[in-house]
Amino acid sequence: MSAHLPILQVVVPLLAAPFCLFLKRGRVAWGLAVLASWAALAIALALLDQVMREGVLSYAIGDWAPPIGIEYRVDVVNAWVLVIVSGIGAIVSPYAMASIEREVEAGRIPLFYAAYLLCLSGLLGITITGDMFNVFVFLEISSLSAYALIALGQARRALTSAFRYLIMGSVGATFIVIGIGLLYVMTGTLNMADLAQLLPEVWDSRTVKVAYGFLTVGFCLKLALFPLHLWLPNAYTYAPSAVTAFMASTATKVAVYMLLRFFLTIFGAPFSFDVMALDRVLLPLALVAIASMSLVAIFQVNVKRLLAYSSVAQIGYMILGLSFATVTGLTATLLHLFNHALMKGALFMAMGCVMYRIGSVHINAMAGLGRRMPWTMAAFVVGGLSLVGVPLTVGFVSKWYLILGALERGWWPVAILVLLTSLLALVYIWRVVEAAYFRDFPGDEQTREAPWTLLGPTWALVALNLYFGIDAGRTVQIARQAAETLMAGISP
Amino acid sequence: MSSIPPFLIFFLGALLVPFLRGVPKVRMAFLVLVPVLGALNVWGIQEGYEVQYRLLGLTLTPVRADSLSLLFGYLFHLGAFISIIYSLHLGRRENATVQHTAALVYAGSALGAVFAGDFITLFVFWELLAVSSVFLIWARGTRLATRSGMRYLLVHVVSGVTLLAGAMVHWSGTGSLAFGPMGLGSLAGWLVFIAIGIKAAFPLLHSWLIDAYPESTPTGTVFLSAFTTKVAVYALARGYADVDILIYVGAVMACFPIFYAVIENDLRRTLGYSMINQIGFMVCGIGVGTELALQGAVAHAFNDVLFKGLLFMSMGAVMHMTGKTKASELGGLYKTMPITATLCIIGALSISAVPFFNAFVSKSMIMSALLYEHHYWIWPVMLFASAGVVEHAGIKIPYFAFFAHDSGIRTREPPVNMLVAMGIGALCCLAIGIWPNLLYDLLPGGEVDYSAYDYTHILTQLQLLCFAIAAVAAFHLWKIYPAEIPSVNLDADWVYRRAAVRVTRFVGRTVGAADAAVRGVVLGGVGRAMRGAFRSHGPRGVLARSWPAGSMVLWVSILLTAFLFFQFL
Repeated sequence: MSAHLPILQVVVPLLAAPFCLFLKRGRVAWGLAVLASWAALAIALALLDQVMREGVLSYAIGDWAPPIGIEYRVDVVNAWVLVIVSGIGAIVSPYAMASIEREVEAGRIPLFYAAYLLCLSGLLGITITGDMFNVFVFLEISSLSAYALIALGQARRALTSAFRYLIMGSVGATFIVIGIGLLYVMTGTLNMADLAQLLPEVWDSRTVKVAYGFLTVGFCLKLALFPLHLWLPNAYTYAPSAVTAFMASTATKVAVYMLLRFFLTIFGAPFSFDVMALDRVLLPLALVAIASMSLVAIFQVNVKRLLAYSSVAQIGYMILGLSFATVTGLTATLLHLFNHALMKGALFMAMGCVMYRIGSVHINAMAGLGRRMPWTMAAFVVGGLSLVGVPLTVGFVSKWYLILGALERGWWPVAILVLLTSLLALVYIWRVVEAAYFRDFPGDEQTREAPWTLLGPTWALVALNLYFGIDAGRTVQIARQAAETLMAGISP
Repeated sequence: MSSIPPFLIFFLGALLVPFLRGVPKVRMAFLVLVPVLGALNVWGIQEGYEVQYRLLGLTLTPVRADSLSLLFGYLFHLGAFISIIYSLHLGRRENATVQHTAALVYAGSALGAVFAGDFITLFVFWELLAVSSVFLIWARGTRLATRSGMRYLLVHVVSGVTLLAGAMVHWSGTGSLAFGPMGLGSLAGWLVFIAIGIKAAFPLLHSWLIDAYPESTPTGTVFLSAFTTKVAVYALARGYADVDILIYVGAVMACFPIFYAVIENDLRRTLGYSMINQIGFMVCGIGVGTELALQGAVAHAFNDVLFKGLLFMSMGAVMHMTGKTKASELGGLYKTMPITATLCIIGALSISAVPFFNAFVSKSMIMSALLYEHHYWIWPVMLFASAGVVEHAGIKIPYFAFFAHDSGIRTREPPVNMLVAMGIGALCCLAIGIWPNLLYDLLPGGEVDYSAYDYTHILTQLQLLCFAIAAVAAFHLWKIYPAEIPSVNLDADWVYRRAAVRVTRFVGRTVGAADAAVRGVVLGGVGRAMRGAFRSHGPRGVLARSWPAGSMVLWVSILLTAFLFFQFL
C-alpha cells in the first residue's frame, strides 16, 4: 500500500470527482469532497515523512521504467508543496459547505465539488509528477476546472473574469507546452531527471534558450508575476469565497513550484543563474510587484480585491527570494509558499464569513463589524498581522529569512524595501480594521456572528498561523532542506 | 521558590479580566492581586536569573535579571499597584474591561521590556507597549482621542521598526542579539538610539507625548506616565551610558518644555511638558555616565513615577469630578477637595525637589555628578531647569487647580480608591525623601556613596527654591501695579501668561517661521507623492484598472520579446 502512495495522491481526488457528479445531493457530494481532501492530506503527510527519512521516491506508473514510462518522483520540495496544497484543501473543503450553499445555486453544488476535486487533483498532479508532459496535462486539468469554479461566482462579472482568466491561462499553458516541445526536440525525452542529465550538452543551442524564454513567460503568467498578473484581481474578487480561499493559497503556489522545478532541477541552478541571468530578470519585476501592488491594495475598496492585489505583492516576495540565487533566499521562498498559504487562506476565509452574513465585502459595508462578528474580525486581524509580518506569526518568519537573504547578498536597499513594504501592508490591513472597529454599525440589527462551520476552519488556519510563527523550527528545517535539494540540482 | 517571568503574571491577569465583567467586587480584588503576586514573584528573582529559548536557530533571552532590570521591575510593580488602585472605580461607562485589560497588558509589556535580554524580545515588548497603551487613549472615546491615539500608535510603530532594523544590523555585524551597551559608533547604535529616543521623547521627537497623554482617560494617563518613557530611560541606561551627546540632549529636554509648560492652559498637558523636563534630568545623568550619575538617573526615574503619577492622579481626580482640566476654568477647588489639594501639594513639593521629598534625593545626585565631572556649562542650565520645574509644576499646578480665582465649581472629593492611590503615592514620596536609603539600597552599581542631606545641597536647593518663588512673586507684583486691571486675583493667570507669552512669542516667531517653511516643503512633497501614487495606483489608476484580455496578451508578448531579445544580444 505505502509503495503506491505517490499514485494514490492524485488518483483519490481524481476518482472522487466523477462520483460527485452522480451524487445529486449537495451535502453528500460535499462529504465525499471532504473525505477525499483529508485522504489526500494524509497521503501527502505520509509522503513527506517518508521522503524526509528515506530520500527521493520514484514511482513508475504501470511499471514502465522511467525514461520511457511516466515517473512520479517525490523529493522534499514537492512533498512540501503537496502538503501545502492538500492541507489547504483539507481545511477549505469543510468550510465550503455553508459558504457554497449561500453563494452557489443548489443545482450546481455537486458540479462545484466535482470541479473542486478535479482542480485539487490537477494541482497535486503537477506537483508530484516527474514527467514534463504530464505537468502540462495536469496543468490543463487544474486550469479548466479553476475557470469553471470562478465562473460559479454570484456576480455577473465572475463570468467575464473567468473568461479572461481562461484566455490568459491558455496563453500561459501554450507557452509552457511550446517550451516543453522545444526541449523534447533537443533531447528526445520528457522525463525530468533524464532531461537534467541530457540538457548540459545542448546548453548553447538557441532552441534551448528560446524554450527557456517561453517557459519563463508561461510560468510567470501562471503565477501572476507583475506585469502578467492582470487576470488575477478580478478572478479572485468575483469567485465564490471558498474558491478564492482555495485558489489564492494553492494555484499560484503550485505555479511557483513549477518554476522552481523547471529552472533549478531540470535546467539547473548554474544554467539559470549564470547563463540565463534569471535572477537579474526576476529581481526588478519582483521589487516592482511588491511596492506597486501593495500601493494599489491600499486604495482598494473591495476587500477581496484588496487581498488579491496583496497576493500579487506577496508573490513578489516569493520571487524576490528566488532572485537572491542563494540557499537562504530559496528557503525564504519555500517558507513563504507555506506561510502565505496560511495567512491568505485565513484572510479570504474571514472574508467568506463576512460575505455569508452581510452579502458584501465592500469596506464601507464592513463598518462596525468588529462588534457584530467579533470572531470573524479577530481572525482577520491575526491574519492581517501575519501578513504584515508581526513577530509570533508566520509572516515574521518569512520576512526574517527574506531579509537574511538580502543581507547575505549585501543588498541593503532590498532589505529596507522589504521592511517598508511591510508598513504598506499595515496600511491596507489597517483600513479594514479601522472600518470594522472604529466606525458605527449602520446595518441590520439582526447581523450575527458567522456559523461555526465557517469559523472553525478559519480559526484552524489562524491557529496554524500562530503555531508555526512561534514554533518555526520544523518548517524552516524542511524548507531549508528543500532549498538545498533545489540548488544542488538532481542527483544521477 | 522558583520564579516565573515577571510579565507572565500580568498577561495571565489580562486574559482573565474580561471574564470578571459581571462581578465588579471580585474584579477589584483580582486586579489588586495581580501586581501583589507579581511583586512577590519578582522579589524572589535573584540577580543573574535567566530564561533562554531557542527560536529559528537564535538563542533568545526572554528574561535576564540584573540589578538594573530588577530595580525597574520593582518600580513597575509599585507603579502598576498604585495605578490599578486608582482605576478601580471604573465602570461600564468608562469601558472598564478594555481599560483594565489594556492596562495589565501594558504593565506586563513594560516588565517584559526591562527584563528582555535580547533585541528580539525587547522589540516584541516594545511594540506591545504601544499597541496596548493606545487602548488607554482610545478608551476616552472622543474623536480627538481616537485621532491622537492613531498618531501615537504610528509614532511608536515607527520606533519599533527602527529598533528592529537596528537590531538586525547589529546582529549581522556582530552575530549577537544580546541587548547590552551599544554606543554610537555604528549604524546599529544610531538606529537603536533613535528608536529609544522616540520613546524617551527626545526634543523634536517628543510631540506624541504632548499630543496623546492629555487625551487619554483620567486613569489611563496615570498608567501612561508610569511606563513608556521609563522603559526608554531604562534602555538608554542599559545601552548608552556615558554617551556624551546625551548630556546635551538632556539639557535641552530639561529646558525647552518649561516655556511651553508655562503658557499651556490644559493642566494635564502642562504635566506632559513637565514629564519631558524630568526625563531630561535622567537623560543628562545617563550621559554623564559615572556611577553616581547613573544611580541618580535611575533613582530619579523611580521617583518620577511616584511624584508625576501623584500629580497626574490629582489632576485626573479633578477631571473626574469636574470634567475640566483647563487652568482658566478651574480654581478654588481647595474648599471642596481639601484632601486632593493636600496630596497634590505633596506631589508638587516633591517634583520641586524640596528637601525631605523624594526628587531632592535623586536630583541632587545628578547635579553633583555634573559638578564632579566638570560640566560647568551644563550645571547652571540644569539649575535653571530646576527653577523652571518649581515654577510650572510646583506652583502652577496646585495654584490654578485648587486656589487662584474661585471658579465657582463646587464638587466633592473623588472616590475612595483614587484617594487611597494618591495617598500611597504621597507616602512613598515622603518616605523616600526622609529615608533615602530605602531607594539607595536598591540601586544598581553597589553601595551608594552619597548623602543628599549635607549643608551644601540643602542650602543650594533652598536658595534655588526661594529665588524661583521670588521670581513668581515678582511677576505677580509687577502686574499688580498697572491700574487698568481691576482685580488682582482674577487676572493673575491671564497677566502672568502674557508675560511668558512675550518671551515665547519672540522665540516662536523665529523658530516658527523656519518650522513652517520646512514643514510646508515636506508636507507639500508628501502630498504630491500621495496624489501621484493615487493617480497611478488608485482605483482608477493605470495599475489597478481591469484590463481587457488584449492588453494582457500584449504584455505577455512584450515580456517574451524582451526576454528573447536580451538572450540573443
